[in-house]
Amino acid sequence: MYETPAVSPAPSLIEFRDVYKLYQMGDETVRAVDGVSFTIRKGEFAAIVGQSGSGKSTCMNIIGCLDIPTSGQYLLGGEDVGQMNDNQLAALRNRTLGFIFQQYNLIPKLNVLENVELPLLYGGVRTSERARRAQAALERAGLSSKLQTYPNQLSGGQQQRVSIARALAGDPSVILADEPTGALDSKTGREVLHFLEELHRQGNTIVLITHDNSIAAHAQRIIRLEDGKVIYDGPSGGKGSVVQADEESEGTA
Amino acid sequence: MNFLQCFRLALKAIWSSKIRSLLTMLGIIIGVSAVITIVGLGNGMELYMTEQFASLGTTTLTVNITGRGSSRSISDDEMYALVEENPAVLDAVTPTVSVMGSAKIGRDTLSSTVTGVGEDYLSIKGYTIAQGRGIQYTDILNRQKVCVIGSYVALEYFGGAAVGETIRISGSPYTVAGVLNEISDSTSESGSDNLILIPYTNAAKMSFMGSISSYTFTAVDEDSVTAAKTVVEDALYDFYEDDNAYSVIAMSEILDIMNDMIDIMVTILAGIAAISLVVGGVGIMNIMLVSVSERTREIGIRKSLGARQRDILFQFVIEAAVTSAIGGILGILFGYLFSSAASAVIVALLDTDMAVTPTAGSILMAFGISVAIGVVFGYLPARKAARLNPIDALHYD
Repeated sequence: MYETPAVSPAPSLIEFRDVYKLYQMGDETVRAVDGVSFTIRKGEFAAIVGQSGSGKSTCMNIIGCLDIPTSGQYLLGGEDVGQMNDNQLAALRNRTLGFIFQQYNLIPKLNVLENVELPLLYGGVRTSERARRAQAALERAGLSSKLQTYPNQLSGGQQQRVSIARALAGDPSVILADEPTGALDSKTGREVLHFLEELHRQGNTIVLITHDNSIAAHAQRIIRLEDGKVIYDGPSGGKGSVVQADEESEGTA
Repeated sequence: MNFLQCFRLALKAIWSSKIRSLLTMLGIIIGVSAVITIVGLGNGMELYMTEQFASLGTTTLTVNITGRGSSRSISDDEMYALVEENPAVLDAVTPTVSVMGSAKIGRDTLSSTVTGVGEDYLSIKGYTIAQGRGIQYTDILNRQKVCVIGSYVALEYFGGAAVGETIRISGSPYTVAGVLNEISDSTSESGSDNLILIPYTNAAKMSFMGSISSYTFTAVDEDSVTAAKTVVEDALYDFYEDDNAYSVIAMSEILDIMNDMIDIMVTILAGIAAISLVVGGVGIMNIMLVSVSERTREIGIRKSLGARQRDILFQFVIEAAVTSAIGGILGILFGYLFSSAASAVIVALLDTDMAVTPTAGSILMAFGISVAIGVVFGYLPARKAARLNPIDALHYD
């Protein structure tokens, strides 16, 4: 690591360098991500916003190391993800990413504690340490009393908090939340968003993917996508963050 | 993820759908229990055979003379001389002459087998005298009209005390000189205790040919059986110069041949039973493929949390292997049950003490094979699971 002067901004964690993702649909080539560049730094709370078909899901898959770009570079924590094989991607996901999904994606056959322990299990953490860290994460999510409960016995909001605890347990560099409130009523959704804001205040880097402007407004910074291109990148509440802008802004925070 | 965690996960998955798991295991259970029962049956048969032959004497050589192409038949004296000349390999000999004529006590006709024998017959067969005496050399020399009877004859017709009584054999009166101890476990009409022995010289006179067509030799010990057989065969060939004129059969050879035949039969039957193991394996593969489809989303979640292909592969292979191994253990238990049931039935129906005994080897092999089947047939579905694209898997409903 290079020694960075105190005045310089926090190191960049997620860096898209002219990223393209193309799909072949019959004879047609779909440009899901069409030359996107931006940088998200450590400690940021950024929302990637766009309608369906805007390319935000593909972006999220690439950020989440579930997919690799057709061309261009994606650097996660300074490492070029495009050059990695399947096992390296899995290890990178395990170490640096915590996923929060719209459908919670808990494993129904495992209880709350076992679900939260899963990323630690794949990370090779020892049994006692695993239980300790999982319990600590569940405590942060306010679910210490539900360790032995199974997901189908919990409310939607509780399930989503379990999945947040699971994302926190591995102590990831980035928390990647894909429509985290999509399946919740507005009150529970607000609670989850406030929890994310609190996590951000505690120093976590959070990337929120959503189609909903009012949800995106909880983030500090908004990256708006349309047809695979960035059409706005700036602070939330800024000019053009909601209204679609014509000119592209380059990725600087 | 290490093996123990995979193992616990597999047990959990199997336990969470008990009926399905049991049906999945059924092929393996049937296959393993069938193989164990069949191998046990064959093993029991071999033990039983060996026991029976041991009681007949594994050092025994049986000589049958057909005398084909010869005007003269080898004499009993020449056979006795053979034993005297070869003390290193041959121990004793007795002629055995079957008597066709009927035996009668008063007006009752006996169903007993009547055999003419030499004085060494009892020691060769391992029979012992309960009352009176056996057939002696002077009886043979003088063609004394004496007989030795089995315990069944003595008990049935003379109430036990038979010495001095008279039996008419082919019209001639024979005095009972001795009674044998029980030979078989239970004295019955069809058993080996229903016999009458007379001096072979008398028996030979009653037969059509007037000559003796059958002898029983004993070798000094089991190791010299082959050498003894050669000695007897050489002597007979020197006499007849035609090896179709006689046959020499060693009991130990018959035992070996029968054991070989049982082994072949058991191998074929076990092979047929093992086909159901393969069918069971295909059943496991089928259910694992269904299970992988059903759990696509779970696989996606695990991958998003950092599971490598290897982790997923292990999870499913171990699940298949554990399913199959549990089937194997159940099959072993059922195999034992069937074996003891078969033993009970055989003892009850056939009045023999044959026990169906599964071998430790067949049990270990059955267990090993069922685990191997799980691994082999679980591999394909597991690989399918491991190679799933995490994005597609996460959005699978």
